[in-house]
Amino acid sequence: MPDAVPALEARHISKTFGELEVLRDISLVVNPGDTISVLGPSGSGKSTMLRCLNFLETPDRGQVLLAGEPVGRRADGRLVSDKELAKSRARMGMVFQSFNLWPHFTVLQNVIEAPTKVLGLSKDEAVARAEGLLAKVGLADKRDVYPFALSGGQKQRVAIARALCMKPDVLLFDEPTSALDPELVGEVLAVMRDLAKEGMTMVVVTHEMGFARDVCDEVVFMDRGVVVEHAPPAEFFGNPKTERAQRFLSRYA
Amino acid sequence: MDWDLITNSILFNPAEWEIVLNEWPRFMRGFSNTLTLFAVSVVGAFLLGAVIVNLMASRNPSVRAAGRVYVDGMRMLPFLIFAYLLYYGLPSLGIRMSAWTAGLLGLILYHAAYVAEILRGAWSQLPAGQTEAARAMGFHGPQLFLRIVLPQLVLGSAPILGNQLIYMLKDTAFLMIITVQDLTYAANSVQSMYFVPLQPFIVAIGLYWISTLAIEGLVFLVGRFARKRGLGRA
Repeated sequence: MPDAVPALEARHISKTFGELEVLRDISLVVNPGDTISVLGPSGSGKSTMLRCLNFLETPDRGQVLLAGEPVGRRADGRLVSDKELAKSRARMGMVFQSFNLWPHFTVLQNVIEAPTKVLGLSKDEAVARAEGLLAKVGLADKRDVYPFALSGGQKQRVAIARALCMKPDVLLFDEPTSALDPELVGEVLAVMRDLAKEGMTMVVVTHEMGFARDVCDEVVFMDRGVVVEHAPPAEFFGNPKTERAQRFLSRYA
Repeated sequence: MDWDLITNSILFNPAEWEIVLNEWPRFMRGFSNTLTLFAVSVVGAFLLGAVIVNLMASRNPSVRAAGRVYVDGMRMLPFLIFAYLLYYGLPSLGIRMSAWTAGLLGLILYHAAYVAEILRGAWSQLPAGQTEAARAMGFHGPQLFLRIVLPQLVLGSAPILGNQLIYMLKDTAFLMIITVQDLTYAANSVQSMYFVPLQPFIVAIGLYWISTLAIEGLVFLVGRFARKRGLGRA
């Protein structure tokens, strides 16, 4: 049986901000149904790498492939139109550290906005989908509340429901629990754990070592803009090969 | 100050107030023209301002510069001179407009620059994550601006936008000098026809004042709408 096409793939991505080389020749393969966590010290480039996957940052070189199709750049290297890029992005959900819910919309409006306006779903269909997802993240009773009245953990769960309502092929998480009070981290991780179990394909940039160890299929360890290690969690946490990973783990785990 | 003179012969002279009362339809025609000019130019200036703020936010530096030059150019120009130029100046270049067209065009072009600058200020306060979240979900172009950005700019800058509306209302009065028959024009004609120099303008001021109160009421409602969403606490 031939190998399945990866759900998401990055090939030789590089990115500089002015003089600073933040990503150097990054490659990454995410197979369908896998949850990959990206670990690394602050400033290692892991968030930038994640943002390159949906072209919120434009990589200087390299390719991103979503189910085998190029994202953001054509094979000849030219950038695609905004419209075409938007189409690729609609197939990748993203959850941000700072939630980024839209404050002028209620919880329900936040969740159905893109499905109705970008995908063209009917309002009834989107509302039905959204209500199911809000129930799933435990916030069915908050549908008509405005985001400012929610706790950080609740906001992040709405943000996850909002991303899921697009039925994305891949979900990208950019430090989803880093802005939360410690006692609210658990409720968000629980939702992410369920998603992983259901076979959602996810790339999670995180500092939550427990989540990486217990939930993920693979760990990618980055430092100073390069992928230093790439291994199943048992191997990475049990027997880190490089000195940099060992130093990182001794500080965090 | 001679208070007897003021109370007896001018302010409370029934005969002079009667003149004003007899000319009431003229005031109402002028007032209705003022409100029409105001309403049309508010809508026009807001739409054009929303376009210009997008020029100023463009990725293309020359488009950005064009937006900036327009806004700064308009803002350094006194409205009175601009209205003069449109109505009395342009015909010498072969462009002729009715007083109404010139007046409306003037109000829209002029105040759009201010509206754009107000929206730009609000936009600079909008966290980048708001548009990033929208882009990440597949929004782009005008839809992103209209659904995600613009509502937040308006809610965030309602008091300043309301202030601009008040300026727009009062700038309609300048159009009298290019023969637009607005409220100030009506007051001025009653004044010059009957030589009652005070009462007609008191009436005009009263009507402008009522309109301003209505604008402030609108700003209050928008502010309440924003506060319900935790926005625009300023």
